[in-house]
Amino acid sequence: MGKDVRFLSELKRGQSGLIDSFTDYELSLKLLEMGCIPGEPVEVIRIAPLGDPIAISVSGYMLSLRKNEAATVRIRI
Amino acid sequence: MSKKIKIALVGNPNSGKSSVFNALTGLNQKVANFPGVTVEKKMGFATLKSERGETIQAEIIDLPGTYSLYPKSPEEIVPFQLLCDPQNESHPELTIVVADGANLKRNLFLCSQLIDLKIPVIIVINMMDIVRFKKIEIDFKKLSAIFGVPVIPMNARKQEGVKELKAAITQTLSVPIHDSINIRSFAPEVVDTIRETVVVQSNYNAFLVANNLDLITNFEIPEFKKEKIRAACAQYNFNPQQMQARETLERYKVISAIIADAVKSPDMPVQTTHSYRIDNILTHRIWGYFIFLAVLFIIFQAIFSWATYPMDLIDSGFTWLNSQVKSSLPPGLINDLIVNGILAGLNGIVVFIPQIALLFFFVATLEDTGYMSRVSFIMDNLMRKFGLNGKSLIPLMSGVACAVPAIMSTRTIQNWKERLITIMVTPLMSCSARLPVYTLLIALIIPKDYVYGINLQGLVLMLLYLVGFVSAITAAWVMKHIINSKEKSYFVMELPMYRVPRWSTIGIHIAEKVKVFLFDAGKVIVSISIVLWFLSSFGPSGEFDRIEAKYSIPAVHANLPESEINHRIQSEKLENSYAGKLGHLIQPVIAPLGYDWKIGVALITSFAAREVFVGTMSTLYSVGDEESTKKTLKEKMTNEINPVTGGPRYTFAVGLSLMLFYAFAMQCVSTIAVVYRETKKAKYPLIQILYMSGMAYLVSFVAYQLFK
Repeated sequence: MGKDVRFLSELKRGQSGLIDSFTDYELSLKLLEMGCIPGEPVEVIRIAPLGDPIAISVSGYMLSLRKNEAATVRIRI
Repeated sequence: MSKKIKIALVGNPNSGKSSVFNALTGLNQKVANFPGVTVEKKMGFATLKSERGETIQAEIIDLPGTYSLYPKSPEEIVPFQLLCDPQNESHPELTIVVADGANLKRNLFLCSQLIDLKIPVIIVINMMDIVRFKKIEIDFKKLSAIFGVPVIPMNARKQEGVKELKAAITQTLSVPIHDSINIRSFAPEVVDTIRETVVVQSNYNAFLVANNLDLITNFEIPEFKKEKIRAACAQYNFNPQQMQARETLERYKVISAIIADAVKSPDMPVQTTHSYRIDNILTHRIWGYFIFLAVLFIIFQAIFSWATYPMDLIDSGFTWLNSQVKSSLPPGLINDLIVNGILAGLNGIVVFIPQIALLFFFVATLEDTGYMSRVSFIMDNLMRKFGLNGKSLIPLMSGVACAVPAIMSTRTIQNWKERLITIMVTPLMSCSARLPVYTLLIALIIPKDYVYGINLQGLVLMLLYLVGFVSAITAAWVMKHIINSKEKSYFVMELPMYRVPRWSTIGIHIAEKVKVFLFDAGKVIVSISIVLWFLSSFGPSGEFDRIEAKYSIPAVHANLPESEINHRIQSEKLENSYAGKLGHLIQPVIAPLGYDWKIGVALITSFAAREVFVGTMSTLYSVGDEESTKKTLKEKMTNEINPVTGGPRYTFAVGLSLMLFYAFAMQCVSTIAVVYRETKKAKYPLIQILYMSGMAYLVSFVAYQLFK
């Protein structure tokens, strides 16, 4: 398939992909509950002026999370 | 025929739950606390008529917003315990779950959990105005058929759908028939064991009990039964985290299918929404911060100049009332008590309502429009460096109004360390109780001039607020390095769409806060005013007689006019009263800060609440001055002479030192009580009193010595 898998934290503003999997079990429970489900499309909408946190669009709304939290989410581009 | 029904209102944060609550109950609300926890219990009442003419008394509890039934913060434990423990005294007979129609996928998650709990459910699809604006088509009949519960479209802001919701409430309640997902299949043995062991209403209820066994301390489950459940969980390898993940995925799978079936939404890129365009400016790397600062600046300039009109009116009203009472009642103790004790105290409370109302107006508006979460977004990176959370800014900013609700609102911060630091430093933010003190002192020592069109007094006020903020984050930074914690900190937070503020909701909020201030703080203030009046009108036995006797010898003061003699008697009496003795007692300690015994008395009484300073001062200065009812406190304080220097008592150095003392010192019984309740340990409020008051003494000492 050759699909490019990257971490959500590595995405630039305007880049998008599908949620693939998580690396942090505890945090993943919170993210799942908030609608970050594997297979769900996400797009990085905005990066805070100080470089962190980021705002993503997922499941039809805007969610903000820190870079280190985004670094636990694998994204298929 | 009249029937009572208990209803719980649940929903995601930002789903417009409070609009639905207000639409149902109007002003028929009261606020209490849930037993054992400090989460606010908002209750409302509505009288409804069913089709058959039956009267139904509905008691509605507005539960804190939550994304799921899995509690991650103390705020979310309340809905969990209430809904999952059928023996809880507030366990509802009906649940109304409010879902944001423009954001259905995530909102239906909680709905599907509630349906599986098997309490009768009504789903409200709120924010229909946005749904229509976004051209989303929802098939309500289909949703209702799929979930097996009534589904009601609403736009609670515009009262749309309220009638339908009320009608649905009066209909015969039945538990949802369908399960959203087959939860028993996840862990059949564990679910069955729990259903046999304790009272639960459904398989999903049993599953949640297994999943949160350590959290359900308030449930009336005897230890031997818990042991049995634990044994079953161990025997069948029940892993709570895995189970929760599996449940969440399963639910979203079902919801995706439902949405594909019943909801049509046009593909609308985020970049085309108005919220996105507003965010382009409000979270801009330059404009964002500029606007945030400007917002703060406007708030403080406004409350300083707008509020003065109603405040002057209240002040002159009380002055008029004072002179009326004084002249219509026969002179004596009662007259004196009413004028100098009760009325003086009342004036001290009522006069600050305009400022408190204005301040809460701004805070509530910022919160309601969605701007507050953007403040968190642009500030988080900075706040984190100080051991705080982006969310800490909301308590910190609310701390500008009052530390008590602010500290309670720290419950949204899930990380204990960040929450604790926020609690510890929030009282350093300049609360509205300091405002009366600042206002009085600024008027005394800062000229009413304009520099480049900026009100100088307003500018100094803003600087004082800045001092509060800077010291708060500095203290936070220090604590970050002292407090140890291994817990991870989450920031994951929704950025809600920008909305026009709901003025009625804000109005109710303001009224609530003013009421709390009037009756809770007010009680303390009036009682202390009366105690103070007593302390300053009476002295140790014999002292007053001795003074009277001294002045009754005609030869001693024969050259003075009678009014001057009276004045001297009064002021000597005051100095020898209980209050005077108390002030004198602490004078050696506070003299290095530039304070006299009168300020000493005010400092002592201020430990109950800071604003008492003003009340104390006006009582102290109204006793001992025959002309008192005709002059304002400020005039009296301006005219006060320092007996040592012969110059004015309230010099710039003294005023500055006093303002800084009030900026730093922990002088609020209510805050101390709330910190204790929120941290459940006496050591935290104790540390807080010590570090804040220590800082206050040090800073005031330096300021006075530098400027005197």
